[in-house]
Amino acid sequence: MAGAEFKTPELSEFIEVPKLVEGTMEHITCFVAKPDHQEALGFPGEKVENWKEVAIDKMGDLLSRYRSFQVFMDACVKCGSCTDKCHYFLGTQDPKNMPVGRQDLLRKVYRRYFTFAGKYFPKLVGAEDLTEEIIDDWYSYFHQCSQCRRCSVFCPYGIDTAEISMAAREILDSIGVGQKYCNEIIGKVHKIGNNLGLPGPAIENTLEGLEEDVYDETEVAVKYPLDVKGADILLVTPSADFFAEPHVDGLIGYGKVFHEAGVSWTLSTTASEAGNFGMFIGSYENMRRVSLRIRQAALELGVKRIVFGECGHAWRIAYSFLNTLAGPFDFLDPDYPVPQHICEYTLNEIEKGTLELDKSENDEMSITFHDSCNVARASRMGDKPGGQFEIPRKVIKAVVNNYHDMEWDTIHERTYCCGGGGGILTDDLMEVRVKGAKPRMSAFKNVMEEKGVTHLAAICAICKSQFTKVFPYYGMDMFQIVSVHQLVSNAIVMNRKTPPEEAPGYGEDDDEE
Amino acid sequence: MAIEANGKTFETDEEGYLTNLAEWEPAVADAMAAEDDLPLTEEHWEILNFLREYYEEYQIAPAVRVLTKAVGKRLGKEKGNSKYLYALFPYGPGKQACRFAGLPKPTGCI
Repeated sequence: MAGAEFKTPELSEFIEVPKLVEGTMEHITCFVAKPDHQEALGFPGEKVENWKEVAIDKMGDLLSRYRSFQVFMDACVKCGSCTDKCHYFLGTQDPKNMPVGRQDLLRKVYRRYFTFAGKYFPKLVGAEDLTEEIIDDWYSYFHQCSQCRRCSVFCPYGIDTAEISMAAREILDSIGVGQKYCNEIIGKVHKIGNNLGLPGPAIENTLEGLEEDVYDETEVAVKYPLDVKGADILLVTPSADFFAEPHVDGLIGYGKVFHEAGVSWTLSTTASEAGNFGMFIGSYENMRRVSLRIRQAALELGVKRIVFGECGHAWRIAYSFLNTLAGPFDFLDPDYPVPQHICEYTLNEIEKGTLELDKSENDEMSITFHDSCNVARASRMGDKPGGQFEIPRKVIKAVVNNYHDMEWDTIHERTYCCGGGGGILTDDLMEVRVKGAKPRMSAFKNVMEEKGVTHLAAICAICKSQFTKVFPYYGMDMFQIVSVHQLVSNAIVMNRKTPPEEAPGYGEDDDEE
Repeated sequence: MAIEANGKTFETDEEGYLTNLAEWEPAVADAMAAEDDLPLTEEHWEILNFLREYYEEYQIAPAVRVLTKAVGKRLGKEKGNSKYLYALFPYGPGKQACRFAGLPKPTGCI
């Protein structure tokens, strides 16, 4: 089974800066991608013989392609602002998990090969030759970074460790040492269309099941359409929404909102994945290939709008990069944002008065909201600054009576990562995931004890799965995590009745019963 | 890595899944379960058999909800929920049960 035994950190009332203990996490590694995972993405199948030259060349290539990377390598003044900001450092005490420590793993090699001082006086400037040990360190510690960008909020120079991690992983891929978790998944998107590898018929079967369930519950024939040409809205959502819990309860909620709003919408087998792990491995080419599937689906289906479901890093890519990766989207209706977040969509409908909501349906719960990193720190929502914080909270508050935020320094742009983002959500990194969740678990436990909160709501598939797994380590129940649109789904009153012939299974023989 | 079952050796990957899924036979499930200290009962086999049927049709493990619903229909409503499945397979119906049943590991944000 996965991973060695480890001790779950104890939660304290305040998030304390721990004493440094060197090497606590140096034993961490994760499964290396197999040759076929690597080659499907355009990387060497196995570690290349001249790995040193290839790695240094790749670093040079990235420095020339990304001005930001060059600046991040040069600009650090070792001020220390970032040191206590990383959840993995706070949970592990390992100095290489301090953002500056992690950056320096790459920076010391950069200095040796790309700066004057490092070439001629390496010892004076902390420059080091690239060795096998350094490659191993990169593989370990750049897979202990969830690319959450919390440290960059506090860096006076805005150095973004996420981009440095992405660069490191791209260098590792270029020498044939990729991570199995991310690369196998990206391969599935290229081949099948989504991270899970759900073929069209499986998605169709799942959606039919949802239609039956919602009909049984509401006696309204809510549709979960797939590949419907001419629909107004293409919904692109993480494939976990078809598969896992509580994700699927969110998908049920999206469908109910669209139904009550009276719009036509569709999912797509081609674009059956919102997530884009190409970003996690820093590969522009793979990120672009994954993004182009969305463009292709939108064109084939002739939709007017694209709406994204609850997925954290998908929203970063959708909001910040989609237009350059897969645009221009001039064939969509210019009256709507391209793309739009499902929370933004739902809030608009709430504000227009289209939806009747019965908050008391959620009275058994008291809710707090977990800002997902990539939504909080790498994008926006709606047309006002801070919309990414306000819009999901407004949606939640419109559907529940009991809501309390966690401590101010653990939410909004200061939110703590769930511990599983950025390609870390794999069983072989369970120790990293559990320890990295400590700051978020502390804040959640405090709001449970002080305000009687019972459930944590999130808008990211990774966060939802991560919490399901790590809650029990901290003495909580795996079912304490909910989707935001699950809360909407509970509260929404289904007023648009449907004719009986639209009901699932209408007219079919019931011999089996 | 490998696992012995029925007098034969079956190759497994680093996470304990069969490398060649076509080689699966019931003895493999029993051997894997024995390694996890989880003797398989009739209740476990009801789930494993459903997983295999679904996989043969759709080439993927069923979604948790599809599984719980099918279990509820076949075995009674009180069994049609995640809690029942987690009680049978503590490492999760998706991952542990799929491994025993010779299905590929579900990947992604799950």
